[in-house]
Amino acid sequence: MKLTLHIWRQKNRSDEGRFVTYELADVDDHMSLLEMLDLLNERLIGKGEEPVAFEHDCREGICGSCGLVINGIAHGKEKGTTVCQLHMRHFADGDVVYIEPFRARAFPVIKDLVVDRSAFDRIVQAGGFVSARTGSAPDGNAVPVAKPVADLAMDAAECIGCGACVAACPNGAAMLFLAAKISHLGLLPQGQPERSARARAMVSRMEYEGFGSCTNYRECEAVCPKRISVNFIARLNRDFMKASLFNETIPAGKAAGGA
Amino acid sequence: MHWIAAFYRSTVGKKVVMAATGILLFGFVVVHMLGNLQIYQGPEKLNHYAALLRSAPALVWGARIVLGFSVLVHILAAVQLTLRNWGSRPVKYQVRAYQEADYAARTMVWSGPIIAVFVGYHLLHLTLGTAHPDFDPEDVYRNVVIGFQAVPVALTYVVANLLLGFHLYHGLWSLFQTLGLNHPAYNTARRVFAAVFAAVIAAGNVSIPVAVLTGLVK
Repeated sequence: MKLTLHIWRQKNRSDEGRFVTYELADVDDHMSLLEMLDLLNERLIGKGEEPVAFEHDCREGICGSCGLVINGIAHGKEKGTTVCQLHMRHFADGDVVYIEPFRARAFPVIKDLVVDRSAFDRIVQAGGFVSARTGSAPDGNAVPVAKPVADLAMDAAECIGCGACVAACPNGAAMLFLAAKISHLGLLPQGQPERSARARAMVSRMEYEGFGSCTNYRECEAVCPKRISVNFIARLNRDFMKASLFNETIPAGKAAGGA
Repeated sequence: MHWIAAFYRSTVGKKVVMAATGILLFGFVVVHMLGNLQIYQGPEKLNHYAALLRSAPALVWGARIVLGFSVLVHILAAVQLTLRNWGSRPVKYQVRAYQEADYAARTMVWSGPIIAVFVGYHLLHLTLGTAHPDFDPEDVYRNVVIGFQAVPVALTYVVANLLLGFHLYHGLWSLFQTLGLNHPAYNTARRVFAAVFAAVIAAGNVSIPVAVLTGLVK
């Protein structure tokens, strides 16, 4: 098939950036969207032009590296997939495709379609961890976890931190990411000691990084490649309220680890 | 810092405050509509209800203070969050295809201020009477009928109450999320609750100017 691509090109962080239009012929149905970009880049390199920079790693939908906004939808219109698993058979000959980076104040563009998502790392550093003793691994099943609880924790732990929730949110909020991280730890016994401090610290760090607030649009859930439910956001709100209003062990105004 | 200030300083805290004040304002809107619907029982009934309220100034002023404070806090939090949210994406998308965000959710930020302006007008029109052509503080029924016989005024009330319906449709669902009230047992019921109450309140309030315009109430 033949496609008309409008791709965001931006030299570096300080460049203003603009759309550049490419006509790309001989796109195969079986290609993923990233392989389609590979094909474009081969041709650009052949012509001596700068290839389009985009981020990718596993190309199996599990690493969270790739992420593009395709015709206004983060990771494209197919539900529950990353853009590396979005295949060109979902497009038709002659389609016009807009490819943009994930846009948010907290995700500045580094180059073309590559954005800096290290704000997510800093949110996790603020509280997305458990304290565990070092030494040999504990015995399996030494800490009992009920099956439904383990399942729910795993649903949250599926988050690959790709940032599509932020990209899709009209408010540029990171609440689904935060909710997934807080829930998968908060549901398990190992996550209990830091549970209150974690909610406070991660929310505080999220705000410091310049993400927006949640207005329950549910755009995040719709584009999440791992289909993380917004129900986890309710859980995050609950943990935050408990920590802020009912937990006397954390001094008011102090959010450990946060900015 | 005081605990409540620390809580309010966070975006989650502001949303909780908006949900809590929203519940109070929703409660008022329900009672207000039930009171208004007495217009269908005739002038004596409605005017008697108005006189009953006037005979309990402590109750009325207590409610006004709580509601006025709720409105101010609800608006303050909304403005602070909206400014933050507008600033969170300096470079906009060229193409934007919404997947889930419905019309009600996307227009909260506009239905809110329009309703606030309308409430100001409504108070001048039917409470203080300064924006009313022929206001009689003792005869509520007559004030309503004369007021709504002016077509632009009646249409203003219709539009404002339809927007209130949209605002409630998103708000009444959203507040459960914000307050962390989430459970498979009642998650479906949250949506039904929001839809039913939004529709009932919009329909109940819109019916009054429509009834006056069509001559059902005169």
